[in-house]
Amino acid sequence: MANCKYDWPEAKDRKLIGKRISRIDGHEKASGRARYTFDMNPGNLLFGKILRSPYAHAKIKSVDTSEAEKLPGVVSVVVMKPVGKEPQPEIQWAGDEIAAVAATREEIAEDAIRKIKVEYDPLPFFVNEEDLSQAEGHTKPAVTEKKGDPEKAFQDPDVVTSEGYYGVPVITHCCLETHGHVVDWPDSKSLRVYASTQGVSAIGGQFADPLEIRADDVNIICNYVGGGFGSKFAVDTWGIAAAKLSKSAGGKPVKLLLERDHELLVAGARPSAFAKVRVAAKKDGTLVAWDSESWGTGGMGGSGVPPIPYPFHDKFPNFSRKHTFVSTNIGPSRAWRAPNHPQACLITMGAIDDLAAKLNMDPVELLMKNADLAPDPTLAKYYREELEVAAKLADWHKNWHPRPDKTAGTVKRGLGVSLHTWGGNPHAGNCAVSIHPDGSVEVKLGSQDLGTGTRTVIAIVVAETLGLPVDAVKVTIGDSKYPPDGPSGGSTTVGGVSGSTRRGAVNARDAFFAAIAPALGAKPEDLEAVDWHVRVKGNAAKTLTWKQACAKLGVKSIEATGAQKPRYTTEEQKTECVLNSGGVGGVQIADVSVDTETGIVRMNRMVAAQDCGLIIDLKTAESQVHGALIMGVCYALYEEKIMDRQTGRMLNPNMEFYKLAGIGDVGELVVHMMTGPGYDERGVIGLGEPPVISPGAAISNAVANAIGVRVPTLPLTPDKVLAAIEKGGMA
Amino acid sequence: MKDKRGTSRKGGGNRNALSRRDFLRAGATVSGGLLAGESRAISAPAAPETQVLGPDEVPVTLRINGTENNVHMEPRVTLLDALRNHLDITGAKRVCDRGTCGACTVMIDGNPTYSCSVLAIEAQGHEITTIESLSDGTRFDPVIHAFVANDAQQCGFCTPGFVMACRAFLNKHPHPTLDQVKKGLSGNLCRCGTYHGVEHAVLEAAGMGHAGVMAPPGAPDRKS
Ligand code: FES
Ligand code: FES
Repeated sequence: MANCKYDWPEAKDRKLIGKRISRIDGHEKASGRARYTFDMNPGNLLFGKILRSPYAHAKIKSVDTSEAEKLPGVVSVVVMKPVGKEPQPEIQWAGDEIAAVAATREEIAEDAIRKIKVEYDPLPFFVNEEDLSQAEGHTKPAVTEKKGDPEKAFQDPDVVTSEGYYGVPVITHCCLETHGHVVDWPDSKSLRVYASTQGVSAIGGQFADPLEIRADDVNIICNYVGGGFGSKFAVDTWGIAAAKLSKSAGGKPVKLLLERDHELLVAGARPSAFAKVRVAAKKDGTLVAWDSESWGTGGMGGSGVPPIPYPFHDKFPNFSRKHTFVSTNIGPSRAWRAPNHPQACLITMGAIDDLAAKLNMDPVELLMKNADLAPDPTLAKYYREELEVAAKLADWHKNWHPRPDKTAGTVKRGLGVSLHTWGGNPHAGNCAVSIHPDGSVEVKLGSQDLGTGTRTVIAIVVAETLGLPVDAVKVTIGDSKYPPDGPSGGSTTVGGVSGSTRRGAVNARDAFFAAIAPALGAKPEDLEAVDWHVRVKGNAAKTLTWKQACAKLGVKSIEATGAQKPRYTTEEQKTECVLNSGGVGGVQIADVSVDTETGIVRMNRMVAAQDCGLIIDLKTAESQVHGALIMGVCYALYEEKIMDRQTGRMLNPNMEFYKLAGIGDVGELVVHMMTGPGYDERGVIGLGEPPVISPGAAISNAVANAIGVRVPTLPLTPDKVLAAIEKGGMA
Repeated sequence: MKDKRGTSRKGGGNRNALSRRDFLRAGATVSGGLLAGESRAISAPAAPETQVLGPDEVPVTLRINGTENNVHMEPRVTLLDALRNHLDITGAKRVCDRGTCGACTVMIDGNPTYSCSVLAIEAQGHEITTIESLSDGTRFDPVIHAFVANDAQQCGFCTPGFVMACRAFLNKHPHPTLDQVKKGLSGNLCRCGTYHGVEHAVLEAAGMGHAGVMAPPGAPDRKS
């Protein structure tokens, strides 16, 4: 590093990068002063509500809003389905939007939607996909893949084969701030939208066509967002409805955020995946063959295909797989933190763990032995190192035992391991950096902070580059008026914003040095900015405080820009430098106790060893992993979108029965970030998604280790645990 | 009241006929909103002979963070919605809206309470304390500092509720054990998974001082 002008500073010179630094908006948020979209209360505010279909599949014959319109306080009503035309609009899931109203009081809006009369023609529906034999007429082949000769490999008398069934049901995103917007029309041609979104710079255009305005006349604002996890990239039908309601109310602001049940019904679902698997290894544990038949649903449309066998995929010497989409009337799917990967991981790591048990092998040893099946040699090296670190932190060699836990008593303990990979390359983006004569520094970009610490990362990068403390940098994000930045998905944000702001800050610094060098009687290239000072390298006498140096600018601020492009040619890399990359690894170990009388699984400990290249803020990076482990405990033990066969509706669209882990449910968490030589050189890589991939598999494997038998599907609820024990556990 | 609720929909909406607010109106007391982690009842004034209010707006007086607020609202409005929609006090968040998640936590007479599960009219005559009382923009309650220092938040949407629950918990258990923390805060849920930070924050705040004593910003922060 450090021959290219934007390169990250050498480790010895880093004052901020890689340290544990508290998030810069932390006090604002923890004190309740931060205003989320849900908290926007502009004057003359109207409240929007939506009427939703109770049927999973139906035609709409008519919608009569006249009674609603008469209700005092109701200001506007829009019908959200094209009724009155042929063909009649068709509803494909319960909870789909029919009509929306805006009223002066929230309670009146609620009353008004109850006064809307809808005539439906109910149609047959299909909502339970786990039993594929019942899904006839609802399936579509998705992927068939083959490599080598798996059949022959399975028949080799020297291999041991394990067969099993594994699955993950549909779960929801359950963002605590529901999806929605506060919308108004400052004039008849321009729209202002406070949005709870993952894409401040990206979503404005979605309003353009439906509202017949220009994309650049839409201003998106999002200072804080209460959770997204992949579900907040669209403005959705309710965003358009809010804009229409506002328009017909003369441009008055309309707040339309979903109710909790609506949020769980329609605003985010992770596709399911179930698989019948055969996997074989030589007696020494060398993996040789994989065969799987998998299926899953993402609602009516296709869902992604889980990349099984994961993460080895076509490095498996012989493999075949077939995946089938099942269409269901459960509502649309959305990207969920590491799309398709947690499912693929559970299926693969579960099957490999069962194979290890059959081989009488320690699964850590088996993974170690097969690490070279990793997509690339760097990752193989990381897996080996991470397996070692995680095993040590989990005290694996002391606490692990062959299946099952043979100690006395009804509570059984088990350990399970899993590994994962993810991309995390940067998104493209831009920024503007200003240095003002009064010494203040500001960086602006149309990015968003989902809670990952994006604001803080930006402040650290700019402060490090300019030799300033973190709080000397004002970070302004969350508005589409600023230089456009990419949406936050795919763990692309930290790479994107650190790339653009590093370049922007270096450009600003160089322009600043050029402007003030004469005043110091030096050449610009001889200046450096360190510790809140600007000085001539190697000449302590020629030093100015940052403020004094900025004062030399007179009345003219320095305005610079920086960009992160989607990719750089080899030639461009010489001048633009390589600041980021992709492809991380991680290993996790779960330690659980299973009460064999009640079937309750308790988390003792989760250990994570995770790499992500050069870490900008160690504190928020560790938080990402802690959070992912907890989210992993949630989907491993509790979460499921339960669909009712009789009515086609979701049975648990609320937070009493759509369970999340509480503070007492997660056990001890141990996070180790892999940093230093061998890791940092790769530049910045995204982290939000990878650590949420393994927990389901690690926990499921730990339960199998405790009770001696696989609980085939997540969540590992007491009924399923007891059923598995009944079928031959603890043998 | 029936007319106002409009039960005559034809195939409209999939809500239960008895809405949560109808249910609340059917005779909850302030203790209905107590946090799951805190089992103590708080004293509501002795119920007078059933008095019928509404359905139209009625005058409501709420004493919030030491200040009396006079507003008009329908009797079915929850304390949470009164704060957020009528008074623009938005630190308490509406998440589950039915007493499960704790994002709406305020204190009523010092007890942590789910404000989504208390009617505003019932909260009259009580001392309501919201997250807004724990900072003035430059000075912050030690719990807030501890949340920042221990990164006990990500998206932050559950956080004001958590901070209030922690403050109330620490007021009653100034020197808690980790087990007490896990029990005492079990009435709040976080989707981003910040419990690890919360545990550390509460234990750190326990050593940092008492309610209302605001440390200068940044003081205990920036651990590195
Ligand atoms: S919003 Fe009140 S407990 Fe969830
Ligand atoms: S920090 Fe996002 S829900 Fe708790």
